[in-house]
Amino acid sequence: MAGVEDAPSLAAAETEISQDAVRRFDVAFRGGAAIFSILVLLIAWEVFARSGKVTAFMLPPFSAVAERIYADAISGALWRNLSVTMVRAMAGFFIAAAGGIALGAAMARNTVVRWFFDPIISVGFPMPKIAFLPIIILWLGVYDVSKICIVVFDAIFPVVTATLAGIASVDKELIWSGRNMGASEGELMRQITLPAALPQILTGLQVALPIALIVAIIAEMAMGGYGLGGAMMSASRFADSRGVFAGIVEIAIVGYALLKAMAVIRRRLLAWHEEASHH
Amino acid sequence: MQAITQAGFRYLPLVLLALAWEIVARLNLIDSSALPPLSKVATAWVDLVRDGELIDNGASSLYRGSVGLILAIVVGGGLGLCMARWRLLDIFVNPLVELFYPLPKSALIPVTVLWLGFGDGSKILLIFLGCMIPVTIGAYNGARGSDHALVWSARSMGANRLRMMLDVIMPSALPELLNGIRTALALAFILLVSSELIVSQKGFGYLIGYLGSTGSYEGMYAVVLTVALLGFAADRLYQLFMQWVLRWRE
Repeated sequence: MAGVEDAPSLAAAETEISQDAVRRFDVAFRGGAAIFSILVLLIAWEVFARSGKVTAFMLPPFSAVAERIYADAISGALWRNLSVTMVRAMAGFFIAAAGGIALGAAMARNTVVRWFFDPIISVGFPMPKIAFLPIIILWLGVYDVSKICIVVFDAIFPVVTATLAGIASVDKELIWSGRNMGASEGELMRQITLPAALPQILTGLQVALPIALIVAIIAEMAMGGYGLGGAMMSASRFADSRGVFAGIVEIAIVGYALLKAMAVIRRRLLAWHEEASHH
Repeated sequence: MQAITQAGFRYLPLVLLALAWEIVARLNLIDSSALPPLSKVATAWVDLVRDGELIDNGASSLYRGSVGLILAIVVGGGLGLCMARWRLLDIFVNPLVELFYPLPKSALIPVTVLWLGFGDGSKILLIFLGCMIPVTIGAYNGARGSDHALVWSARSMGANRLRMMLDVIMPSALPELLNGIRTALALAFILLVSSELIVSQKGFGYLIGYLGSTGSYEGMYAVVLTVALLGFAADRLYQLFMQWVLRWRE
């Protein structure tokens, strides 16, 4: 008797197991394909560069570029340039994040602030703000301050708009009940509105982060000096193509690592949110 | 009339900013070489238009930008649609798209110069490479989201692969594809101006750098504002175009 009753659930468990196996196989297959594709790309790069169809100046082989990165890492040049670029990009990013969230929250709460900044944000967002770089150099010189400033100027817009949109979409009943329980306006903002708007704010930060990196590198290229962008530019001036390609690989790795780190942080911060249960 | 007053009230802060700029510069609160008055910037703009410098350099910038962007839309969009349609292509090409997606595109500036020199070619290549990925991702996500029921019913009605692509998958991928192109449009302006600022002998970015280095800051401000407003106008026009294309949706 018991065996008969168990049969359906056993069958269900079996299909579940086999589905799980299929899913696992799929993930493993896709992961394998990803590694395979990247390896094929690197091998194709190496073979094409050595085939004699292009000069080593146009495309140095991957092995030569990897050697160059290794040499830079040993001599310490890589770490110095990397840390300078990261400090600029991250300083700009964090200032833009803090300022953008504060401005967005102020715009959501205060109609005068909103009236004043709304057209500025909506006109400024689609502008190519990098065009203002020479003006910022004129004002602040070619050192860290001007580089961080242009990063802030570019990265703040997505944070402000995401914060505004996030706050606008917060469930009104949450705010009403908070107010009912006697929360002050400041407490409402810190304890209810901002946490509830967090998913969209984080999306804005995820847009702002690559912008910060792109702009920091452009600023370094335009102004020279230390940093990954500056190093690539001087390599290009001295026709040192290994240096240029080493720069691309280094910057690509930094960009990839930053985006992945941001995704991990998002999952951590939103562990309480229903969004997390989909993963 | 009421609509005009409303718009006026809405954009009043921008007018106030312009006024504040003029007053601060006129009162010499900031060194007038660092911040020339807006009125002088406007005169410099008229001069630049009149002697043709702004038009010449602008034309070469717009040429580079539009060719690069169109190439990126055609190739990137095609790649995205094909990836969504053929699983094998998806499995092997998607990792590469994901690998290049977070690459800060400005890193490509020195390489394109290395390959194609200081002229049009290097800028077009840069914009093509930089703008392709967002278009690819937009087309891919859009086409993958297309309703399976629609695809099946089209197939049961005997649509072949090409018809299916044109009549079913393209239209349903359109909203996301158009959004991807909007990102690409903004990126194209950024890459264009920055590459021209860094290495060029022509174009808006070159003109900004040239005027700055010769100390004619009124002219430099005029060109900077022109580029910024062009970027803004392009985005607004594109939004109108998007609304018009997608007018069949609710």
